[in-house]
Formats: sequence, C-alpha cells, structure tokens
Amino acid sequence: MNENRIVVELRDVTKEFGRGGVTALRGIGLQVGAGEFVTLIGPSGCGKSTLLRVIGDLIEPTAGEVVVNGKSAHQARRERDYGIVFQDAVLYDWRTVAKNIALPLEMLGWDRRRRSERVRRMLELVELTGFEDHHPWQLSGGMQQRVSIARALAFDPPLLLMDEPFGALDEMTRERLNMELLRIWEASGSTVVFVTHSISEAVFLSTRVVVMSPRPGRITGVVDIDLPQPRVAETREQPRFFELVTAVRDRLRAGGAEAGEASEQELIAVEEGL
Amino acid sequence: MTSDAPLAVQPIPRDTFARGVGRRTRDWGPAVAVFVLGIAAWEGLVRGLGVQRFLLPPLSDILRTFWDDRDTFIDAGIFTFKEALGGFVLGACTGVLVALVLARWRSLGAAVMPYAIAANAIPIIAFAPITNNWFGLLSPASKVAIAAVICFFPVMVNTLRGLTSVRLQQIELMRSYAAGEVDVFRRVRIPNALPYLFSALKVATVLAMIGAIVGDYFGGSQEALGILIRRSAGIFAFEAAWAAILVASVLGIAFYAAVALVERLTMGWHASARGRS
Repeated sequence: MNENRIVVELRDVTKEFGRGGVTALRGIGLQVGAGEFVTLIGPSGCGKSTLLRVIGDLIEPTAGEVVVNGKSAHQARRERDYGIVFQDAVLYDWRTVAKNIALPLEMLGWDRRRRSERVRRMLELVELTGFEDHHPWQLSGGMQQRVSIARALAFDPPLLLMDEPFGALDEMTRERLNMELLRIWEASGSTVVFVTHSISEAVFLSTRVVVMSPRPGRITGVVDIDLPQPRVAETREQPRFFELVTAVRDRLRAGGAEAGEASEQELIAVEEGL
Repeated sequence: MTSDAPLAVQPIPRDTFARGVGRRTRDWGPAVAVFVLGIAAWEGLVRGLGVQRFLLPPLSDILRTFWDDRDTFIDAGIFTFKEALGGFVLGACTGVLVALVLARWRSLGAAVMPYAIAANAIPIIAFAPITNNWFGLLSPASKVAIAAVICFFPVMVNTLRGLTSVRLQQIELMRSYAAGEVDVFRRVRIPNALPYLFSALKVATVLAMIGAIVGDYFGGSQEALGILIRRSAGIFAFEAAWAAILVASVLGIAFYAAVALVERLTMGWHASARGRS
C-alpha cells in the first residue's frame, strides 16, 4: 500500500442543521493518509459524530468538499468504500450472526459459497467461531460489537468509520476490544477514522488524535501519537503514554471542552426526518 | 452491559423427550385443571341451584343439542367462518399494502395518519346495517365487507408503526451499503414490522369473527351462524343458541391459534419466542 496516498480529505467543511440553526461543524480541514488510525475526540456536541457521517456521505455538508479515496464522498459510498460501526452494534435481530455479517456481501451480490467462506474468515478474525447460528440477543454486548466490526470489515473496505464503538461497554471489555481492534487494523491494513470521548482510548489506539471543540464544532488541535507499534497492554504504563494523554487533555481544555447540551444524535435524527 | 466472558452464552439446551413431556405437563397442568373445574362448576351449579335455562342451560344439554343437530351447526359455522376469513384476508392485505405505501411516502402518511387513527377508534360494527344495504342483506359480501373494514385499521396502523419504528442507525447502515429503498424495505423495514403485523393479525382474527357474526344479527342468509343464534334465542331454543355460540367460540379460538402458530414458525428469532429455552 502506498503510504502517502490520501484516503480522506476534508476541505473547509461546514454543516448547519436547520436553516440558520445550530452550526455543528465550521471550517473543518483534515487529511487522513492510507493506513492511518485517526481519532476524533471532543465533548458531546462538538460535531465528531456528524463529521464521521459527513465522511460517510450519510449527512451532506452545508459547505466544503469531502474527498474519499480520490472520489466524492457520495461516489465513495455508492462504491462501498467504507464500513461503519456505531456505538450500538446495530445488528438485525431477525438475522443470525452469520447472516448479519453476510448482509453487506448480499448487497454486493456475492453468491452463497463466497459469502459463507468470507463469513467463516471474519468470525475467525473476531474470534467468534461457533457462534454463527446464534441470534444477536444471545450474545453479550462485547460480542455483539465484534460481530458489528466483522460485518464492517467483511467486504474489505479500504476505510473503516467507527462512531464510539466501545462507548457502551464496560472498561475491561473495552480494553480487550481495543487490543483486538489494533490487531485487526494491522492485519487488514485499512484506514480507520475513530470517534471517542475517552482520552486514554484515543491515545492508545491512534496514530493521530484530532481534538475538537463545540459550538461551533471545529478542530482545535492535532496530537501525533508517536508511541511505538504494535501497541501492547504495557503501552498504557509508559511515561510517554501519560504525556500524550496530558497533551490531548490540555488541547481539550484550551478548546473550552465543557459538555455541550445539544445532543448530536438528536440533531441528526431531526435532519433524517426519523 | 454484560461482560464479554466467553462463557456468557450457552447453546440453547434441547429438551430430551421425557423432559419435554414433563415440562409440558408442568406448564399446561394448571390451565387444564382450571378448564376441568370450570366445566364441573358450570354443570354442578346450574343443576344444583336450579338455574333457569333461559339464563344458562347446563353444558351437557347444550352439547346434546349440538350433537343432535350437528350438521346444521357445523354448516352454519363454516358459512360464517368463510365470511370472517374472506374479510380477514381482504382487510389484512389491504392494510399491509396501504401501510407500505404510507411508509414509503412519509408525507402522505403524515397527512393520512390522524384520520386512520381516528377511524380505528370508530365502532365499525355500527355500519353493519349500512353495508347490508350496500351489498345486499342476504349476500355474504356485506359481512365480508364489515369484517374487512374492521380488520383493516389495526393491521394498517400497526404495520405502519412497525415499518417506521426503525432505528436511525439501522437505516444509516443500509445507506452505507448504497442500498436503495427496495432493499431498505426488504431487509430492514419489513422484518422489523413482522412482530407488529402478527399482533395485529391476531387481534384481527377476533374482530373478523365478531364482524361476521354481528353482521348476521342485522339480517343475513338462513345458513349463517349469527342468524342461527338470533333465531334460536328468539324462539326460546336457548340450548341451540348456546350451541351456536360454542361453535363460534371454537372457530374463533382455532382461527387465532392458526395465526399464532404461523407467527411462531416464521419468527423464531423474536423476543416473544425467547423465553422458551
């Protein structure tokens, strides 16, 4: 893979919800290179989830340009250039684990044999072999989220978008899935744009942390995470890890990172008319 | 959130035959006991207290009357059941189709919905004399029409709710796969609506039977169950009226059970089926 290739490029992206309403994003500029793991961090209401959806062409920006894989974001979505993982696993209850993972493959028109072969491999990747015929409600929250990750990666998208994927999990599960995600990231070689509000998670996972602040949502700082790869459990105990956590925290404070009261999810839901 | 321990999920245990029988006896035992006791109490109290037969005849007399004239009762039952079934199929299909249209074109749905909900609250059975005029007093069509209209509203309103109460992210996920409307409906909205649809269909079976029988009360073919009940009660043949009511009850329960069975077969994945492991 060409390390210099740009996978995501945002130029002066602005998003306003409603006519003259809340400015969720203002003047966002960002480049994400191939193979990078970039985390967007900020308090709720800073527009990080909105920004992720702008990259995924799930929300149209009011102004600015979004280029994904050298195409318009819209074209990239049409060509299924990214997989997405939400805070909730968003598994379909009426489908088994295997069929949930196979869903994007069905959409791509893969035949049954090719699908089941790929599903088997994905289950191995997220260590859920043997659970293919379970229904989502028979799994724990962490296992559900692993299914969701397997589904997002099933069709080998060059870009993985993750919206607080581990936010609803307990600390121990979360740390284990962090490790697992890094292993998968290394194995798949894909580019990740990750949203979280956990500073330590951001520092541990990322090659770069983008700090955002609310009202209007904007980028207030970028911290390069120069911790050695691969990250291991002990990474969290290195002095450099704490320095970087402090650096990110200072940026957040400087940006006036008091929690915003407007829920982004609500704004998005209104926009979607759901 | 639950922990992520690998042991968190056990395979669903399969019953051995003997354990299955034991479990069934335990589950159904109390219900069977109540049934037997209820019948014994009916028979015993009516005979023991000398209750007048126009109030409540003894069950054994009702059953004897039914058996002596079983062809009439069964024919009447089938006649009326066909009216109910026709109305059910017509009303439910129309209800699902309209719900699909309203879910697809949401502004249309928003315009129509308040009236649909209001219409759902109308005692539609009150229209029975009118439909008798429209479709002919003796024609089954008038009863089918009443049953259809009664079934239509709950099926439509519930199905629409199921089609639209989809989480935003479920739709976003489909859009991330560049899915079109057809795929979103086929793979998300319709499966999501199935539990809603089935609970409406179960209600609709009951409503269809009520619609057909009460439709008969306002006049209908001599073969109809409702007519049989009304006529028998009118000539003090209370055992016959009760026998006809019994036929109506058995048909109604069987109708409901049939839909419940289809639900169970098609929706093993759903929450309502989860407790049975």
